Amino acid sequence: MTLTVHRIGPACTIQDQGRTGYLDQGLSRSGAADGLALFEGAALLGQSPECAALEMAGMGGEFEATALTTIALTGAPMQASIDGSPVVWNASHQMEAGQRLTIGSVLQGSYGYLHVGGGIDTEVFLGSRAAHLTARIGKAVQVGDRLPATGAGCVGMKLRPDDRFSGGVLRVVASFQTSLFDDETLMRFTQTDFQRGPRANRMGMQLDSEGEGFAAKGQLNILSEVITPGDIQMTGSGHPFILLPECQTTGGYPRIATVLPCDMPRAAQTPPGARVRFEFVTLEQALALQAAYDANLSRLPGRIEPLVRDPHDIADLLSYQLISGMISATD
Amino acid sequence: MTHVLNFPLVRTVGFDGLLVTFADTMTEASNRAALAFRSAIEKLELSGVLETSASLASAYIRFDPTRLPHTDVDDQVMQLLDQRDWYRAPLPDGRRLMQVPTVYGTDLAPQLDEAAAAAGLSAADAIERLSQTRVRVLTIGFAPGQPYLGPLGPEFNIPRLKELTPMVPEGALVLAISQFVLFSGPTPTGWRHMGQTAFRCFRPEMAQSFALNPGDEMQFVPVSRDELEGIRATCTDGSGGATCTEIPA
Repeated sequence: MTLTVHRIGPACTIQDQGRTGYLDQGLSRSGAADGLALFEGAALLGQSPECAALEMAGMGGEFEATALTTIALTGAPMQASIDGSPVVWNASHQMEAGQRLTIGSVLQGSYGYLHVGGGIDTEVFLGSRAAHLTARIGKAVQVGDRLPATGAGCVGMKLRPDDRFSGGVLRVVASFQTSLFDDETLMRFTQTDFQRGPRANRMGMQLDSEGEGFAAKGQLNILSEVITPGDIQMTGSGHPFILLPECQTTGGYPRIATVLPCDMPRAAQTPPGARVRFEFVTLEQALALQAAYDANLSRLPGRIEPLVRDPHDIADLLSYQLISGMISATD
Repeated sequence: MTHVLNFPLVRTVGFDGLLVTFADTMTEASNRAALAFRSAIEKLELSGVLETSASLASAYIRFDPTRLPHTDVDDQVMQLLDQRDWYRAPLPDGRRLMQVPTVYGTDLAPQLDEAAAAAGLSAADAIERLSQTRVRVLTIGFAPGQPYLGPLGPEFNIPRLKELTPMVPEGALVLAISQFVLFSGPTPTGWRHMGQTAFRCFRPEMAQSFALNPGDEMQFVPVSRDELEGIRATCTDGSGGATCTEIPA
């Protein structure tokens, strides 16, 4: 079971949960920008969330099955069809040998994911299949590449996704450099509506706002110190970047706060122009929020449902909203 | 002890980290303390610790707070801090000296002259001093395998450039604030590019992907441009023609 790549967007890479343990050698974790999407794909195909998938930034491609293949589509919704027939996002599907899956542009959010039954089985490097382009590990997927996989997943299942594709409130905790910013600046930071700027990749995402930047005291004399994904780093001009899985491991620009891991899928999926606000929570609140997120991940396999149901089996049919989300059949 | 009273300083890093900082500047003692403390934390093998690292003057611990609560890590760190004077800790065992063939200046490393001028030296004097200094890997960071090396003499405490140099190649030796960085990949930089080597810090295709460890020492031995080209043509192990010797404990 292999998918052959016939067309591909410019920023598609193989990703999994990333590699831990090389921070001391200057190598950040990498891994999927939207970690929740990996768990959703795994639930849909009935496999491990450790499986690698194709991460598609903004734009997908065209993929041909060389044999009977099972796939799932999660993360930022994109236009998708198999041999010209539209297929549902956040669902698992079967492809016969020779069938072509076409994935277009993102409709909402930033990163879509193509999962294959058994997981994409590319070479493991330092414990992970995740590409880390800034570290020159792996490559962007190219036309002619093959995405090998060995297993078969369950198909015809769907999952209602957690809506995280249009920005919103990101919960943050104070970190060791937060106190370099005075109270007035921190207050203004939490009261500001930010907009995701055009500069974004897997290293970080720029945020724009009206008014003056957010500078720290003695900003230029700070010793380079450890960076963690989710850190909100202020550049020299005081404009924030949220740092993502391929961020550097140390840096001299001060960080005002750190986005909670459970809010990082929402942060990474924020599309250009969407609004973001920050809300400080205590470490105790953060632990509770993260615990709820982790519990939700473990419940995902129980939340999948058949894609097609006989209306006779649906007791509350009239409570369903059957119109919204329809698109023109002639588009 | 000469360090400021409020160090070591223990602070949280985001949701799941703790940072133990031994000084707010890079000094010989604070760097040794950071390396030794990080290694002592590793030896505790605490269940729930995900990874650790040492930066110029701090040790970092990342952990899973659901398995290892913040208060437990705090307690362990405090106990360990009390066990000894970390500023007098020895350097790690198994250190090595790498002597790396280096072209100083020329069009391969075009900012030698201005680096020398900023240090108040002639280019020849700067080359002599820099090439005779054995520097230590103070920390590895920013990019994979990439060392921060020092300390260099106080005359080399020159500021970073205001304007970034758009791109310097892998193996570039750059200088600022009495430190070298030896770049592990092509990168823009505000440090002055005054030497060029064929040494590869990150060798993903080899069994041992990372060339250096914190505490290792390096010396950048002047060679001609022709010699470096010769090394590039014949040397396939990523060492750039460097010799490697164990440093006795």
